[in-house]
Amino acid sequence: MKKSVFLGTLGVACLSAGIAAASTLDEVKARGELNCGVNTGLVGFAAPDANGNWSGFDVAICKAVAAAVLGDASKVKYVPTTGQTRFTALASGEIDMLARNSTWTFSRDTDLKLDFVGVNYYDGQGFMVRKELGVTSAKELDGASVCIQTGTTTELNLADFFKANNMSYQPITIDSNAEGEQQYLAGACDAYTTDASGLAATRAAFADPENHIILPEIISKEPLGPAVRHGDNQWGDIVRWTLNALIAAEEYGVTSANVDELAKGTENPEINRLLGVEGDLGAMTGLDKDWALRAIKAGGNYGEIFAATIGESTPIGLARGLNAQWTQGGLLYTPPFR
Amino acid sequence: MTSASDAPEPGFRLSQLIYDTRYRSLTIQVVTFILVMAGIAWLIDNTIQNLNQLGKDFNFSFLTNRAGYDIGQQLIPYTNDNTHARAMLVGLLNTLWVSALGCATATVIGIFVGVLRLSKNWLVARLMTIYVETFRNIPVLLWILVSLALLTELTPSPNEYRINPATGEAGVTMWLFDSIAPTNRYTAVPSVEFTHGLGAINTAFAPISLNYLLIVMALIGSFWANRRLLAHAHQVQDATGVRPTTWWKSLLILLGPVVVVALALGFKLNEPELKGFNFVGGTNVSNAFVALWLGLSLYTGAFIAEIVRAGILAVSKGQTEAAFALGLRPNRTMSLVVLPQALRVIVPPLISQFLNLTKNSSLAIAVGYMDLRGTLGGITLNQTGRELEAILLMMLIYLMISLTISGVMNVYNNTVKLKER
Amino acid sequence: MSDTNAQSTAFVREAMLPAKPAPVTQVGAVRWLRENLFAGPVNSALTLIGMFLVYTLVTHFYPWFRHSVWNANSMAECRAAVTASFGDGATGACWAMIRERWHQFIFGFYPPELYWRPIAVFVLLFVALAPILFTQLPRVMLGFSVIYPLVAIWLLWGGSIWPVTMVAVGFGLGWLAMRRLSAYSSILAIVAAVLVPVLFWLFAVGPLDDLLTSVLPIGIEPVASDRFGGFLLAITIGVGGIVMSLPLGIILALGRQSDMFLIKTFSVVFIEFIRGVPLITLLFVASLLLNYFLPPGTNFDIILRVMILVTMFAAAYIAEVIRGGLAALPRGQYEAADALGLDYWKAQRLIILPQALKISIPGIVSTFIGMFKDTTLVTFVGLFDPLKGIPDFIRADFNWKGIYWEPFIFVGAIFFILNFSMSRYSMYLERKLKRDHR
Repeated sequence: MKKSVFLGTLGVACLSAGIAAASTLDEVKARGELNCGVNTGLVGFAAPDANGNWSGFDVAICKAVAAAVLGDASKVKYVPTTGQTRFTALASGEIDMLARNSTWTFSRDTDLKLDFVGVNYYDGQGFMVRKELGVTSAKELDGASVCIQTGTTTELNLADFFKANNMSYQPITIDSNAEGEQQYLAGACDAYTTDASGLAATRAAFADPENHIILPEIISKEPLGPAVRHGDNQWGDIVRWTLNALIAAEEYGVTSANVDELAKGTENPEINRLLGVEGDLGAMTGLDKDWALRAIKAGGNYGEIFAATIGESTPIGLARGLNAQWTQGGLLYTPPFR
Repeated sequence: MTSASDAPEPGFRLSQLIYDTRYRSLTIQVVTFILVMAGIAWLIDNTIQNLNQLGKDFNFSFLTNRAGYDIGQQLIPYTNDNTHARAMLVGLLNTLWVSALGCATATVIGIFVGVLRLSKNWLVARLMTIYVETFRNIPVLLWILVSLALLTELTPSPNEYRINPATGEAGVTMWLFDSIAPTNRYTAVPSVEFTHGLGAINTAFAPISLNYLLIVMALIGSFWANRRLLAHAHQVQDATGVRPTTWWKSLLILLGPVVVVALALGFKLNEPELKGFNFVGGTNVSNAFVALWLGLSLYTGAFIAEIVRAGILAVSKGQTEAAFALGLRPNRTMSLVVLPQALRVIVPPLISQFLNLTKNSSLAIAVGYMDLRGTLGGITLNQTGRELEAILLMMLIYLMISLTISGVMNVYNNTVKLKER
Repeated sequence: MSDTNAQSTAFVREAMLPAKPAPVTQVGAVRWLRENLFAGPVNSALTLIGMFLVYTLVTHFYPWFRHSVWNANSMAECRAAVTASFGDGATGACWAMIRERWHQFIFGFYPPELYWRPIAVFVLLFVALAPILFTQLPRVMLGFSVIYPLVAIWLLWGGSIWPVTMVAVGFGLGWLAMRRLSAYSSILAIVAAVLVPVLFWLFAVGPLDDLLTSVLPIGIEPVASDRFGGFLLAITIGVGGIVMSLPLGIILALGRQSDMFLIKTFSVVFIEFIRGVPLITLLFVASLLLNYFLPPGTNFDIILRVMILVTMFAAAYIAEVIRGGLAALPRGQYEAADALGLDYWKAQRLIILPQALKISIPGIVSTFIGMFKDTTLVTFVGLFDPLKGIPDFIRADFNWKGIYWEPFIFVGAIFFILNFSMSRYSMYLERKLKRDHR
C-alpha cells in the first residue's frame, strides 16, 4: 500500500485540478452540472429528504438556474454550506452560486466580494417565545436568555436591538438550527431569534406550535437573496434574470401549467419576449431563446414555488406579506424584460 | 634522493557531491532546502494570485474594528463596542480557562479511577473498567453533546425556582443553603464581593483587582511562614527525635491571614436571586461551558486513568512489599512509595493528554461556547470575511499554547525524572 | 490394668475427628463477598457507593429501554405507542427511527442499489490487511494488499476503470525505472522512481485515457462524493488518511532521526506544527483556505480536501509512532547494517524499517482509533458524519423532530464496538510482539 496511495491521490488531485475556464457559464456548461450552495437543512428552504433529494424554496432557485443554463433542472449538485463556510465556498469557486437564505448587506456585497443578484425573500429578524411566558413584545425581553445561531447577521442585530432599548440579555450561542430547536424546546432559552421565516419554519415543526408565539417586532431588514462571485457579470446576469423571470412570470400569469401554451405566442409582447417568442433575450446573456421557459417549467413561477415550499398550505404556513407582487402591495418588482 | 611526493592535490570533482559521503549530506540538504522553499514559494505565489483575483488583501487591520457581537462568558470586561482583537482575547481566555479547569478535573478523575481500577474491590474495579473503556472508545464529541443534552434535559428551568404565590412553595429548591441553582441554561452560583474593597488598577488588558492581589499576597506569605515552621519542626526532630505537633499551627498560619484580610475587605457572597427571566446577583455559569468542561474531563480522565494504572503497574512489586515490610499501611504505601515513583512514568504521556484536552477544547463549536475558535475563527471570521488571516492567526495561537504547555510540563518532567549519574 | 491408664491420663484421642467445615465467613459466596466487596470500612463504603450508582443508572434508564418502540413512522406515533402501552407520562426509546434510517447512518446517501460496493470494499479491506497482520499467510497475498487501495477507490467512486489503471501503471513504471537504475546509483533510482510516474501522469495519461475509454469503455456507475455519509464517510476518511499517511509518516520519522540538520529541522517543524493545532482548524483550512494555496481555479471536492489535511494530520502522529519504533530497535541492528556495508536506503529498507514498523503496529492501530473518532469533526465543515451530521439531517424531517438520545446511543454503540475490538486487538498484538523480543 504505502507510497503508492499517497502519490496516487496526489496524481488524481493534479489531474482533476485542471485550469480555470474563462467564465463561470462555460465552466458550468463544460461540467454539465451546477454547483449550488445551500443550507445544511432548513425545512422549507433547503432540506434533503429521506433519499437525499433536496427540495425547498432556495433549492428551487438552483433548479431554475440549472434548467435555464443546462436545460435540465436535475443537473444540480447541492453543496451543503454552514454559516461559516458559505461565502468562502463561493469565493473559492467551490460553488457557482449561493442560494442559502443569506442577507444582502453592504459589506458582504463590497468587502466580501460577493454579488447579490436580487432578493428572493424579504425577511426580518424576529423572536419566538413560549406563550406561557406572557410576553407580548420584544421590549419585554429584558434579562432574557436568547438562543442565537453563530456566524449570521442576527447576532449583530440582536446586540444592536438590546443596546438601543437599553436592555440586557444572555446570548446562548448555538451551532445549527437543529441544535437551536432542541435548546429552545428544552427551555434553555426564553427566546429564539432568527429570520422570521426561519422562525415560522421552526415553529411549524413543533409538536405544539400553538404554544409558541412569534413576537410582532421585526428588528431588522433581512433581504435574502442568491449571490454569485464578484467579477463575472455575465454569470451574475444569468442568475439575476432567472430570478426575475420567475417573479415576472407570476406577474404576467405565466405558470408551469400554461407556459407551454403561452410559448406558442400571445397578445402580450412582454410575455412573448420573456418566453423567447419575440426577440432573443437569451442570446444577450449567452443562453438560448427558451431559457426562461425552462426555468419556469422547472418548478413554476415565483408564486407557485412559494406556495409549494413555504406557503400557507404547507406546514410552514408563511403568508406572502412583503413577498407579494408590487401589484398586490408587496415588494416584488422586476425590471421590464426588453 | 627521493622524497615522498605529496599526496595528489585533492581536486574537487563534481561527482563528489553525490558519491563522497563528506559532501553528499550537504548536497541532499541543499536540494531539499531548495525544494521545500520552492514549494513554499509556490504556495505563497498561489495565495497572492488568488487574493488578487478576489480583490482581497492580506492585513490584520480588521482586528481593530468594532466587533459588534456579544459573548456569553467573559473573563475580562467586554462589550460589543470593543474591537475584534479584544473579542479574540476574550475567546482565548475562555479557551485557556476551560482547558485549565478541564486538565485539573481530568487529572483528579484519572488518578482516582486509575487507582480504583487496581483496587481489590471487585465491583469498583469492574465499574471503573467499564467507565474507562466506554469513554475511551467513543468520540469526545458525543460526550460533549451528551453532557449538554443531559444538562438541558435533566435540570429545571429558572422559572421552576419561582415561589408559587398560591402555595408559597417553589417547584424546586436551590442547593447548599439557597446558594447554587442548576438550571437548564446555566448554573447560578454566588459571586464574591468586597464591600469596602480597594478597587482595581485599570490596565488596558484587564483590570487587576487589588483585593485579590492582597489575598494572593497574604497566601504567599502564609505559605512561606508555614515552610519555615515545618523546617523548624524538622530541626527539632533531628535534634531530639520528637517531632513537635505542628498541624494546628500550620492551619492557623495558612488560614489566619487570609481570613483576616478577607474580613477587613468586607468579603461577602452575593447569592443568586431569581428576577424576571433569570437569576441575577450571582454568577451564571453557562451550560455550554459546563458541558464542554464535563465532556472533556470525563473523556480525558479515562485516558489519564489508563496512564496512571500503567504507571502504578510499572513500579516493581518489591517496592510495595518493602513498604509493607516497613509497616506502612496500604494507603500510605500508595501515596508515599508507589505514586511518587509512578509519577516518572506518568508525566510524559500526561503531557500529551493535557495537550489533547486543550486542542479538543476547540470542540466548543458543538455547544456554542465562545472560545478562541468561536470568536476569532467563528463570528469575527464570518463578519469580516478574513478567513485567511483569522485562521492563520488562530492556528498560530493554538500552536503557541501547545508549545507553552509542553515546555512547562517538560520542565516539570525534568524535576521528577530519576536523576541518573 | 486399664484403670491405671485411665487415671493417669485423662483422655486420649484414639480416632481423628472429621474435619469441621470452614467458618461460614471463609467459604463460598460469603468469603468472596468479604474479600472482594467488604474488606474493611473504606472498601465497604466504595462498594455501597458503586451499588448505589448502578442502581440509580438502572432505575433511570431501564424503563426507557423497556418501553422501546420498534414499529412506527414518526416520533408522534412512537410517543402515542408508548402512552398507549405504558400509560401517561411514560417515556420510551423510539428505535423505529433507527429501523427506518439505519442505512443512512451506515452509508449516508449512497445509492441503495449499490450498497454491495462499500460492503465489498469493507470485506476486501480485511483480505488486504490479513497478510500484513498474519505473517504465516503466503506472501503472494501482499500483491493484493498493494493494489487494494486502487480497487477500493474504484469500487467506492465508480466510473471508468481506466484512470485508476493509469495510476497503477504509473506506479508500475516508477517501480520498473527504480529496478533498472538501482544497479547504477540508488539516488538516481529514487529520483527516477518519482519523476517517471509524475511525467507519465502529467503528459501520457490524458490521451491514453481518452483512447482506452473510447476503445474499451469498461466502468461501473459513478457515485459522487457528496453521496458519502455516515460510517462509510468516517471509515473512508479514517482508513484513507492512515494508509496515505504511512509513507509520509515514515519519511518524516526518518527525517527526524536524520543527522542532517536541515532535514531534521523541516521534519520537526512540520510534525510539531501539525501536532500543535487542533484538527478542527486543519479541517477549516481544508474547507476555507486550501483553495487559496492552490493555483487559481483549482477545485476539487471537499472530501478529497479533507482527506489531504487528515493525511497530513495523521502523518505527524504516525511519524512519532514510527520514531518510537526506530528508537526501540537495539543499536546493534544499525551497526550490523553498517558492518554489512549497506548504504542508508538499503539498510532502512532491508533491516531497520521492517523491524521498526512491526513493533509500531500497535501504535499505528491506536493512532487509527484516535483518527477514526476524530472523523466525526468533519460535520463542522458541512459533511454528513454519523454522529452529528446524519442525526441533524434526520431531525430536519418533520416525522423525526425531537429525537435525541436514540441516534447518540446507536452511533455510540457502533463506535464502541469497532474501537473496543481494535484496541483489544492492538493490546494482544503488543503482548505478542513483546514476547518475540525476549
